[in-house]
Amino acid sequence: MAATSTEQPAPAPALRGPAARPGSRLLHRWVWLRLSLLLSGPLAWMLLVYVVALAALLITSLWSVDSLSSQIDHAWTLDNFRTLLENEVYRKVAFRTVAVALTVTVVDVAIALPIAFYMAKVASPRARRMLVVAVLTPLWASYLVKVFAWRVVLSEGGLADWTHLGSPGYGLTAVILTQSYIWLPYVILPIFAALERVPDSLLEAAGDLGAPTGMVLRSIVLPLLVPGIVAGAIFSFSLTMGDYITVNIVGGANQMLGNLIFINAGAANNLPLAAAIAMIPIVVMLVLLTAIRRTGALENL
Amino acid sequence: MTLSPHARKLLAVLTFGVLALIYLPLLVVVANSVNPSQAMTWPPDGVTFEWWRRAAHSSGAREALVTSLQVAAIATLLALLLGTLLALALQRYSFFGKNSVNLLVILPIALPGVVTGIALNNGFRGILGVDLSLWTIVVAHATFCIVTVFNNVQARLRRMGTSLEEASADLGAGVLTTFRLVTLPQLRSALLAGGMLAFALSFDEIIVTTFTAGNGATTLPIWILNNMFRPNQAPVVNVVAVVLIVFSILPVWLAQRLSSDVEAVR
Repeated sequence: MAATSTEQPAPAPALRGPAARPGSRLLHRWVWLRLSLLLSGPLAWMLLVYVVALAALLITSLWSVDSLSSQIDHAWTLDNFRTLLENEVYRKVAFRTVAVALTVTVVDVAIALPIAFYMAKVASPRARRMLVVAVLTPLWASYLVKVFAWRVVLSEGGLADWTHLGSPGYGLTAVILTQSYIWLPYVILPIFAALERVPDSLLEAAGDLGAPTGMVLRSIVLPLLVPGIVAGAIFSFSLTMGDYITVNIVGGANQMLGNLIFINAGAANNLPLAAAIAMIPIVVMLVLLTAIRRTGALENL
Repeated sequence: MTLSPHARKLLAVLTFGVLALIYLPLLVVVANSVNPSQAMTWPPDGVTFEWWRRAAHSSGAREALVTSLQVAAIATLLALLLGTLLALALQRYSFFGKNSVNLLVILPIALPGVVTGIALNNGFRGILGVDLSLWTIVVAHATFCIVTVFNNVQARLRRMGTSLEEASADLGAGVLTTFRLVTLPQLRSALLAGGMLAFALSFDEIIVTTFTAGNGATTLPIWILNNMFRPNQAPVVNVVAVVLIVFSILPVWLAQRLSSDVEAVR
């Protein structure tokens, strides 16, 4: 990775006084030296800790576990992936996981759009500040506290039962409800931030030129919101797809990919299979990330 | 564009309705912390402070809290250092592979936590052969916290421009002096905001933690998870939850103060 250009014009002015020390002069002259001093630490960390771990995970998924000694057999095999493809359970769970993650994302975006719009464009500046705080506070409240709260609300004899609306009980509905609840602030915030950047004058101009409200929203506001929506959607989708704790707490017997990974890595002592299952969310997310890279939404994460 | 009064009212009702629904489950938890019924049924049977007393004496919760604070503090420091360096490199220079570096920083938070968790678990035990401990949690947390610091600092650098730094260099200050006296003070509130987010992210994280904690260390979320399903511990967990809800107001208040400071400066 070599420095090819810099934003600052190259010829450095003659240095005077305390700056004329050799170290500082070197740094000032050689952009690549400055850049590599800045980059080497964090890059080494990310590569050594994360990229190596991901690569090792891929390799582990190509190993197997000896059924007698329950030690890892380091011979290459595609058996784990064959199991994933052929065993109906994995297909079902993978499908369920993606479906739940999609549902949660759609629900959250649908709720977040009008709320973010009200916060950014309708509410008075004073009310806006209060609303931001009101939306932010539950975001900072602990994830487990929120899942726990839903377990209490949905429990037998809990609040949901008491209202006579009835509790859906612990199951997929409860998972979708809880997940949508937990990730909602993460979806509202990027959309709100994107809306705040849309100047009011733009909307007024469109209105003055005779565009009906629906048209302004559809052809002016919505396109400007796409990066914000995508950023929020990535959050809710990815967070839901990898979550197995909510499923444990309010999900009943409906497992998701995260549960299978956790069980195989731990109790079932089949790390290679767990690694192979983990490739499913990795592939889904990588496809998603490459697909939306052009929208510029990644810079808003 | 003019919204009809009707549409405005509809939006307001929707917004405040959803907000009320957001706070309802949290209020139920608060109410249950003084509910004498161990089963936490609704409506509460009365008022008792027995659970609060028990929680105050729970050594497990206290030790877990200390562990969580330690992990979050060290992970935040590491993230502040690495995230700032990265933001400076990516915002001020262009180089080959810049986009890949950008993606690499986002990856630990864009990939589901369970993937990050199992990858690091496998990396620590399988490749490095180290036992899971407080330090493996710290490394894991720092890795996904870098991005919050990075984002905050990068956004600030983008708005800041380079004119003050150039002026400083023209007046004869060295690279490090300029950084210390010109760049760093301008980054202060961005560092504070990014650091706070990183701290909260680490303090709250459970999925990656379950994979990287082993028996070596118990953070507060792990303690909560372990005790949630124990019938006689559940009310204590409930009290801890209330304490966490109350403390979650603090960073929001701080963040608001910070952002109003920024507006005042502008």
